[in-house]
Amino acid sequence: MSPRTSRVNVAVAVAKKDLLVEWNSKILMNQVAPFAAIVMVMFAFALDNDGILQRVAPGLVWLATLFSMLIVVQRSFAVETADGALDALRVAGVDPAAIFAGKSFALMVQLCALETMLVGTAVVLYGVELTLGGLGQMVVTMVAATIGLGCVGTLYGGLAAGVKGRETLLPLLLLPVVAPVLIGATRATEAAFGSGGAEISEGWPWIVLLGIFALVFSTVGSVAFGPLVDE
Amino acid sequence: MAVRLRAVNISTETRLSTGTVATRRLGALAIVMLTVLAVLALIISPEDVNQGSTVRIMYVHVPTIWVAYMAFILTAVCSATYLSGRNRSLGWDRVAGASAEIGVLFVALSLLTGSLWGRITWGTYWVWDARLTSTAFLFITYIGYLAVRRLDGTQRQRARRSSVLALLAVLEIPLVHFSVRLWRSLHQEASVATGGTDVELDDLMLFSLFFGLAAFSVLFVWLLLHRQRMLYLEDAMSSQGLDAAIEARRKEAVR
Amino acid sequence: MEHASFIIGSWVVTALAVGVYAGWIIKRGRDLARRSSDKDFPWT
Repeated sequence: MSPRTSRVNVAVAVAKKDLLVEWNSKILMNQVAPFAAIVMVMFAFALDNDGILQRVAPGLVWLATLFSMLIVVQRSFAVETADGALDALRVAGVDPAAIFAGKSFALMVQLCALETMLVGTAVVLYGVELTLGGLGQMVVTMVAATIGLGCVGTLYGGLAAGVKGRETLLPLLLLPVVAPVLIGATRATEAAFGSGGAEISEGWPWIVLLGIFALVFSTVGSVAFGPLVDE
Repeated sequence: MAVRLRAVNISTETRLSTGTVATRRLGALAIVMLTVLAVLALIISPEDVNQGSTVRIMYVHVPTIWVAYMAFILTAVCSATYLSGRNRSLGWDRVAGASAEIGVLFVALSLLTGSLWGRITWGTYWVWDARLTSTAFLFITYIGYLAVRRLDGTQRQRARRSSVLALLAVLEIPLVHFSVRLWRSLHQEASVATGGTDVELDDLMLFSLFFGLAAFSVLFVWLLLHRQRMLYLEDAMSSQGLDAAIEARRKEAVR
Repeated sequence: MEHASFIIGSWVVTALAVGVYAGWIIKRGRDLARRSSDKDFPWT
């Protein structure tokens, strides 16, 4: 077996394992998704105005995504450190880049599910109108943003894994880094939703920004993940 | 023999601190220079044509952000050196950590003096200008870096984690700055940022400004030397403590 | 001087912050140096 295929196999195995753990525990479905939904409802209480809600819906969707992501990332690494699985993989000489790819992919899948639910919530609760073209752009935005978020989340989640006080450390480290994603994804989603009279064409430059972010952090992440989790 | 005597003399005097003769001279120089700067900036230098007396805040504001940038660049360079070096000397990591801490202090001062200046000039403490926003992110990012340095673990773990993080910050900051600028370019409500900020510098003002940069640079070097030595002592003591604990355990096991 | 309180204030805050930080560095450095069992530091 060549090194390349073995690396891909490891990544697939790690991703499968993470998703299987999630499938069995149903934490995402039973706890994180309801949390995200209640955040959306609370935003409505706080802003208390249909017009404003419609205007700021894109930002709220992505803020709720980021908050939920913090929980999902922590969960993703709590599973690893609880039984020392990460250390075992490292000791076995598994390429950290492959672990990074696998864990990132599993995180991306979970984030995509969350985002889909949040966009649905925005349509139902905030009265956002989504055209067919807008829907297409929304999907592209979600994919581009999620790749970036998945990579950054895995990278910094790995850093904070297994350390005392990680629950409070992770948001401090992660939120400043994902600011470009919040900016880019919110503007692109505004274009897709047509909030504030935005045209669909206005969204594409922001998707390019999301793409650059995803490219940078997927490359850097696979290099930096090894030294970060290495004990 | 004469050399040896002198060395003993110095060390009996300075042995119990992080200072040496050189750092004392440097510290004295920093105090003198900063005093001169204060006199230059607050009394001697003229008022600006456009900004009036508010330009006097600039003589402290500009050097603080200068020191902060210098400190963060040094942190990145030392982190890269630590990671790339063959023997991975913890000295590099300590300089990186000391430098980042000083940088955080000065970026905070810079934000503070800047917002006081903004209150007079723009009538508001804060505008969502690209430069201000990116500086705030810089501040938070390095607070996070310092938090990571305080995590549990061995000194090697601390060094590796924080070095990687410092290099990630180098990558992250341009990205944040770029996206914030893109964000501001489409939402130009904060046009106050462009009004009344032109400074027309005459020779004395220019001299004061550069003198300020020099004075704060000397201060930075002094702070860095002492802080870095303090970290050395902390590291040395914690490993001594660890050695003692291991020794105690070993004796217990033998018994 | 116009806006004197803001101008003096920004200088005072900076001086105080740097002064306190420098004082802390010196004091803690001395404490640590005194407590250290190995008195041969690289810089002496």
